[in-house]
Amino acid sequence: MQTVTQRLANPTRFMQLSGALLPLLWALAALLLAAGLTLAATAPPDYQHGHTVKIMFVHVPSAWIAMMAYALVAASSFGLLVFRHPVADVSAKAAAPIGAAFTLLALVTGSLWGKPGWGTYWVWDARLTSVLILFFLYLGLIALRSSIEDAALAGRLTAVLALMGVIMLPIIKYSVEWWSTLHQPSTGFGSTVDPSLRRPLLVMAAALTALFFAMHMKAMRNEILRRRVKSLMLTEVERASSRPRRQPAE
Amino acid sequence: MDLGPNAVFVWAAYGAVAVVLAILLLWLIADGVRQQRKLDRLDAEGVRRRSARPPTAPGEGRE
Amino acid sequence: MRPFLELVRRDLDLAMREGSAVGAALGFYLMVVAIMPLGLGPDLNLLARIAPGVLWVALLLAALLSLGRIFEVDEEDGSLEVLATGSLPLELVAAAKGLVHWLTTALPLSLLAPVLGLLLNLEIGAYPMLLGSLIVGTPAVSFIGALCAALTLRSRRSGLLLALLALPLYVPTLIFGISTVNAAVSVPAAPGASFLFLLAVSLVSIVIAPVATAAVLRIQLQ
Repeated sequence: MQTVTQRLANPTRFMQLSGALLPLLWALAALLLAAGLTLAATAPPDYQHGHTVKIMFVHVPSAWIAMMAYALVAASSFGLLVFRHPVADVSAKAAAPIGAAFTLLALVTGSLWGKPGWGTYWVWDARLTSVLILFFLYLGLIALRSSIEDAALAGRLTAVLALMGVIMLPIIKYSVEWWSTLHQPSTGFGSTVDPSLRRPLLVMAAALTALFFAMHMKAMRNEILRRRVKSLMLTEVERASSRPRRQPAE
Repeated sequence: MDLGPNAVFVWAAYGAVAVVLAILLLWLIADGVRQQRKLDRLDAEGVRRRSARPPTAPGEGRE
Repeated sequence: MRPFLELVRRDLDLAMREGSAVGAALGFYLMVVAIMPLGLGPDLNLLARIAPGVLWVALLLAALLSLGRIFEVDEEDGSLEVLATGSLPLELVAAAKGLVHWLTTALPLSLLAPVLGLLLNLEIGAYPMLLGSLIVGTPAVSFIGALCAALTLRSRRSGLLLALLALPLYVPTLIFGISTVNAAVSVPAAPGASFLFLLAVSLVSIVIAPVATAAVLRIQLQ
């Protein structure tokens, strides 16, 4: 009895399944996004932050997705190194740039939320600082992979880096929080959420998460196509270079 | 929609989200189209994968 | 145990013969610290307040400069393959490399730090913990650095890439190290909680990093 991941291990099988699933995922994301934006637009102003609390509806989900995407990279890396799951490297490679984009969004929206609230575009509080370091971890993964010619080697080295990063991540988060309480008493950056604001937040979170998975699946499909192209071109080169040797025999 | 005195920040935040997501989506679609085109071109040239039938000797033309 | 110590001794000999590498790192450390007042102004109060941070960050940068070489020499002449197939487990080889880097680079840098503290008007009471935090924290720098050196062995632009990979992983050591010195400014010679966290991070790094480094070396040598 094969598990889901075992059945997906064959790239061709993955392409078949994802081809059927992806349009549904896009549709789901679009619906949730429409609902979430409507809820966000009609949400009442917060008694402390006014309408700028609406920024939280994109900032908090972005930060959550940034961390979830890194967990996905780490899980895919584990699958590559331990189970030699062939589609695992595709998953890790696809997730990193999208995760980095959401991390950047978390930083930008967090900064825009901070300016009206705290007067500065950047504040070194625990959450923003941790997200900034997470961004650096993503950059490291992408930079390492692109610095190595051999794609298989690059995939496995990046996998080790991702796993090391995920082990260090709780330690980094803890040290940043500890540092933050030393230098400023807790800022309570969006600590309590009024119940009437919870629904837009959850719907937007669901929408952006669905969007992330749709984009991840699309990126995986692209990567599988890219690898097919490469292996076909390699076969073509091999054939072309072996042709002259065969002619004298005819 | 009146978003109060700090409206520009709210619009900027949602705008940034829209821009980044749009860039991602466009890149994903364009990349997919590009790879599919390359595959179609290679297929038209008769390139076969190693797991498929072995190619005929040159000079006999495509099957 | 014998093969481990032999490897350490061999690498120490090689490092001793090269010599200039340590000098360059120490010189870099000195110059970065000396440049700070030129940029920030000679206000001694300001310098005293930023001294712990500057001394730690500049030391990290100086250590990063020398990390690239850890495996390069052996890779160039093929002895890395010999080590990988030898009797000593690759994890211990990686640990030996980290230890040698610590002894030949991180430790000398740490010993120079109090001298540089004078340039920055560091509070007298903080000197013991400056040295203490560096000696306890730099093993993490060497061992995590060795992992990043192994990762970038076959990479283009490996020097810069190594720094990019290592710096986020250094954040806990940096935070707890600087905090230890800062705490010592107010309560001289008292270790405090941050010192214990610093020690914990170093111990975790000494155990985990060589395992990861060995895995990376195996991948690189395939």
